[in-house]
Amino acid sequence: MRGRSQPALLLQSCYGLILADWRWNFRSSEPSVRKAFQQGLVIGSDCNGSVNGWSCTQVSPPSPREHKRLRGISLHDHAGEMRMLAMDYRGPYRVRADHKPMPRILHPEDAIVRVTRSCICGSDLHLYHGMVPDTRIGMTFGHEFTGIVEEVGPEVRNLAVGDHVLVPFNIACGKCHFCQQGLFGNCHESNSQATAVGGIFGYSHTAGGYDGGQAQYVRVPYADVGPCKIPAGMDLDDAVLLTDVVPTGYQAAEMGGIQRGDTVVVFGAGPVGIMAARCAWLFGAGRVIVIDHLEYRLEFARRYCPAEVYNFRSVEDPVYFIKKITDSLGADVCIDAVGGDAAGSALHTLLGTKLKLEAGAATALHWAINSVKKGGIVSIVGVYGPTGNLVPIGNVVNKGITIRANQASVKRLLPRLIEHVQAGRINPKALITHKVPLEEVSDAYHIFSAKLDGCIKPVLVPSAENVA
Amino acid sequence: MSPETLAAQQRIDPADVVGWGVDADPANNPTYPMRDISQDSKGGLNWPRPALQPETVEVLRSTEHNRRTAVFGTSTPPSGLSGAIRRQAFKSSEGKWSHWLMLMAADRINVVEGLGEDLMRGRVPNIPGEMGIRSEIAHNMPGLIRKVAVAGALMTLAYGLVRSRQSASRRSSVSRRHR
Repeated sequence: MRGRSQPALLLQSCYGLILADWRWNFRSSEPSVRKAFQQGLVIGSDCNGSVNGWSCTQVSPPSPREHKRLRGISLHDHAGEMRMLAMDYRGPYRVRADHKPMPRILHPEDAIVRVTRSCICGSDLHLYHGMVPDTRIGMTFGHEFTGIVEEVGPEVRNLAVGDHVLVPFNIACGKCHFCQQGLFGNCHESNSQATAVGGIFGYSHTAGGYDGGQAQYVRVPYADVGPCKIPAGMDLDDAVLLTDVVPTGYQAAEMGGIQRGDTVVVFGAGPVGIMAARCAWLFGAGRVIVIDHLEYRLEFARRYCPAEVYNFRSVEDPVYFIKKITDSLGADVCIDAVGGDAAGSALHTLLGTKLKLEAGAATALHWAINSVKKGGIVSIVGVYGPTGNLVPIGNVVNKGITIRANQASVKRLLPRLIEHVQAGRINPKALITHKVPLEEVSDAYHIFSAKLDGCIKPVLVPSAENVA
Repeated sequence: MSPETLAAQQRIDPADVVGWGVDADPANNPTYPMRDISQDSKGGLNWPRPALQPETVEVLRSTEHNRRTAVFGTSTPPSGLSGAIRRQAFKSSEGKWSHWLMLMAADRINVVEGLGEDLMRGRVPNIPGEMGIRSEIAHNMPGLIRKVAVAGALMTLAYGLVRSRQSASRRSSVSRRHR
């Protein structure tokens, strides 16, 4: 490994863990927070100890039992292989932080990146809930991350050791038929295991079998194509959301073909839905409406986007409601930013979420098709599995609806989105409600999945960052 | 309150929204990116391929791919019974339901294999911890109590049913013997 030596880095990481007397917790802002940050528990120019009113604080030392566990951590396994801390999938609703072999360069265009921020995405919850086929025990998730380049393969030209990069969630070769068309989410040279999707970091073997970025280190294939150096002065929390949330939300609006004055309905007030609603204005929407059932998220969307927000639990029938507030015509554009984990229909929940007989509960898509006007556009960025879903396809035909969908083509969109962030038109980091040490990945997933503690977007911070 | 009144209360003036219309594009109707045929590769898989990653672990390949992709992930290669099922699944195309259903079945078996692996390494998995029990205690204690109460009630009910069946069968066998 170039730059700092690998043993030194690992020693530092391990030191950070042994000193895990420093445990973090979310508390209201207080002076000790700043002290903890000054002591080097967290690095990053953006770290001021407070995230939307929540702070990473230094709390009591670990229990003797935990101390014992931490002391047991070894830099090497029995075969003498280097180890790192990483998220480890153990089955539906079960993840933990564990020690795994360090990633290595396996291809001349690879880079090894030391992760500085790694988000948990709403689509990671589909994996967490056991909804995506070929999600194997022992895999590391995480497709939204930033990091510092630690090592590059012999054919990497655009990156150097020490570059701080944001890494798009798509793995793209940049040369194939699809990449040449700007469809970087549909690369044909990054996923041997399916043609239905391109390679994605940490997103099951259906998306290529790559370990993801919820770890201290990650292997990044085609390092000259995807990763983008973080512009000087850009907040790291803004940068990490440019890897997926912002491009996906933006592309959802873009695929809607929004014309000036259009009424846009976004189903889902998760991070992507909120961003899609925000971006709908950039394309000239005349009305932006967000539908969800979580009041705290709707309230956030009302202020952040801004948008008209409605709780589908209080309007009973969201399709009827949307027709009523659009002169019975329906919305010009409907965006499904929910995917297979949707609530709101007992039938879809039973078939899609519980029995797995559908590729997820397609409630939001069902509503989108029925709520859009004749000749309107339905844009889908919510994630569904590869099998099938019960949706009213007859209505699609009879209403002449255009359906547009894709994984976001992050690389194509990044230049424009960086401009938007730098101009203050989009403020991604405001979505982040929780910053959690990688060691506490189990709790972070549960909080996000169960929608506890007002969670909108959790970010994991690997322990190497504590001591680097 | 009628939907129309509710909506009128929330109306937003687009002119007040920062950045409104900066990316408006009348040509974006309905499709962008438009297909650029000048960039199309003629004759299929004829682009200059990246170098090929050496295959150091078993990587399953979709039957719909003519060749292995230049790079691939090496996480968790197939192993054990779940691996055998996955290999079988990859004999059929992605268009078959059986392909995906077999993979889902393999995933479930893999969970049991993972538990076995942990135990073989002398590690008893902390399942409540892995499921985020600490955050549940911290942020959803009433919910946790409710779940525990429901689970307890169900278990008690199940236990009661089993016991009553056992005693009923015991009574019937005693009465048969008496006869």
